[in-house]
Amino acid sequence: MGLPQEKLSALEARIAGLGLPQGGWSEAARADALSRLNAAGLPGRRDEYWKYTRPDTLVQPEAPEAAVLVTDEAPMFDGVDRLKIVFVDGVFDADASDDLTLDGVRIERLAEIADRDIHWGRELYGVLETRGQDPVARPLATLNTAFTTDGVVIHVTGTPSKPISLIYRHEDDRSDVMLHHLIKVDSGAEATILENGPAAARFNKVMEIDIADGGALHHVRSQGRDHDRRDATFTFARLGKESEFRSFTMTVNGVLTRNETVIELLGDDALAHVAGVCVGDGDNFHHDDTVFITHDAVNCESRQVFKKVLRNGATGVFQGKILVKPDAQKTDGYQISQSLLLDDDSQFLAKPELEIYADDVACSHGSTSGAIDEDQLFYLRARGVPMDQATDLLTLAFLAEAMEELADETLADHMLERLEGWLSRRR
Amino acid sequence: MLKIENLHVKLEEEDKQILKGVNLEVEAGKVHAIMGPNGSGKSTLSYVLSGRDGYEVTEGGATLEGEDLLELEPEERAAAGLFLAFQYPVEIPGVGNMTFLRTALNAQRKARGEEEMSAADFLKLIRAKAKDLKIDADMLKRPVNVGFSGGEKKRNEILQMAMLEPKMCVLDETDSGLDVDAMKLVSDGVNALRAEGRGFLVITHYQRLLDHIKPDVVHIMADGKIVKTGGPELALEVENNGYADILAEVA
Repeated sequence: MGLPQEKLSALEARIAGLGLPQGGWSEAARADALSRLNAAGLPGRRDEYWKYTRPDTLVQPEAPEAAVLVTDEAPMFDGVDRLKIVFVDGVFDADASDDLTLDGVRIERLAEIADRDIHWGRELYGVLETRGQDPVARPLATLNTAFTTDGVVIHVTGTPSKPISLIYRHEDDRSDVMLHHLIKVDSGAEATILENGPAAARFNKVMEIDIADGGALHHVRSQGRDHDRRDATFTFARLGKESEFRSFTMTVNGVLTRNETVIELLGDDALAHVAGVCVGDGDNFHHDDTVFITHDAVNCESRQVFKKVLRNGATGVFQGKILVKPDAQKTDGYQISQSLLLDDDSQFLAKPELEIYADDVACSHGSTSGAIDEDQLFYLRARGVPMDQATDLLTLAFLAEAMEELADETLADHMLERLEGWLSRRR
Repeated sequence: MLKIENLHVKLEEEDKQILKGVNLEVEAGKVHAIMGPNGSGKSTLSYVLSGRDGYEVTEGGATLEGEDLLELEPEERAAAGLFLAFQYPVEIPGVGNMTFLRTALNAQRKARGEEEMSAADFLKLIRAKAKDLKIDADMLKRPVNVGFSGGEKKRNEILQMAMLEPKMCVLDETDSGLDVDAMKLVSDGVNALRAEGRGFLVITHYQRLLDHIKPDVVHIMADGKIVKTGGPELALEVENNGYADILAEVA
């Protein structure tokens, strides 16, 4: 069965200018990805999974122009002791990056290892991405697997003394970038990965994360606030027994963001927390969190905590699912998605889903959408807090539950500073 | 201090007149009490004074030390020295009690052109004031009023009053939901704040609060008006005979 003509043309147009890298262990993975892509096609406006977010600009051949934001803000995570790896419009910048050697971790680049005959990356590259295509196709991630030439390849073998910080810089108004990262965490090993952007005018990023028994990975990300940038990101994680994965994302502006997170809890007693704070302004702001967590082992815990503050006609989307397989007894699943609408023009579209086949589980989910509470606002004002300041205080209070998912206080302070900056720019 | 003249107020949403010409003047250093049956307009008066939305002043006015209160935003009234102790203090999840108080205190100071209080000075001050009201460190750290008992909420109101040091305090049914011990604690807190330059307007349904906070003047409010004014003995009359006798007498 072939693709409908419309999808076929869209795919052909998109990949016309892209070359399939040849040679090495990755060749087979890329060929496989291309054939899967040919079968699935790229996301279209009529696809159910893209019902609330129009994929057009993510799919079209050329990246729409995105001006580089000029700001005198201090760079994110400035002052945090970390190992820096810098990509400028997707190109690795060796001069701006630190030496990639660090105890407890081995850091390489996809561009260096992809054409080797043998590398552990073979067991991970495109593997979790492929697993993540069922039951819902994620063709932009497949596109990434087929054509991406660079990214970081991180093997965590111990407990590195500082976070590994991926810094994305955007300097070209028309840059169209794909990166593909692999992270393998050994049994008992633990690391923190930081990411901050914006990466490009249009950015397609895949991160495949494999955490062995008893391993832990903390992922903290700040997506840059260039107004016109477009991001489609995919985080695939597979968790072994008693392992832990925590992912926190803050998004401040950007015209279009689709963050997909696909997590499989495959070993007993594993834990996965994924949280997001997003603040958006204006009727061309669109932010989409799409999460799919599969419980396929006993006594695992998962949490999805997403909060969005929307104003001046901004749109927020949440599609979150918890799938509990028949043998995943004692599952503890929690999902909350909430939006604070600062005016009548903004909107929040939520599709929370639970699909449970085990009979001894505790799963809860909730989704709300609301305005600033008038009674709370009056109480603050009656105590002398001016209207704007009171609104800001209540806005940050609304985000608190998601912010608490970021346990590291220093990193949380950096995030908070950005949020306060965003709030102050309203006036 | 606080002067209310011929105040007429109706609900904005429905065309219903609540206050029908209230006249009242609270002098500095004095405690005035307003008593009255349910629905007489007591709480409306407190909300109108503090600037809550939903009310329309159709006639008359109110001034604080000569300044037109009704022209001011709620936060400006607070900075001018007006304080309302809420009948139902509002819970604010996600905002710590200390953060809330410090933000309020410094916002008021800023509005008055005064210097903000340093974190260290603030901490010292709040610890001392909280101790008097038997408010422990945990209550200070928790989100504003979240999970507080009725008594804790009212004590928290008095703590705010003590910290903000207003000129004019309006207490709206502060005794509601309090047991005897809590009433004593709250009253002691209020009495400690009685001072020459400060006025109080204590709104209550029952006389018992006035056993602890001794008023100088007692007003009886009914159907949107002050119908009778007298000394503390008026409160006892209400206690003994109920409102019906007084209302019949003035009718």
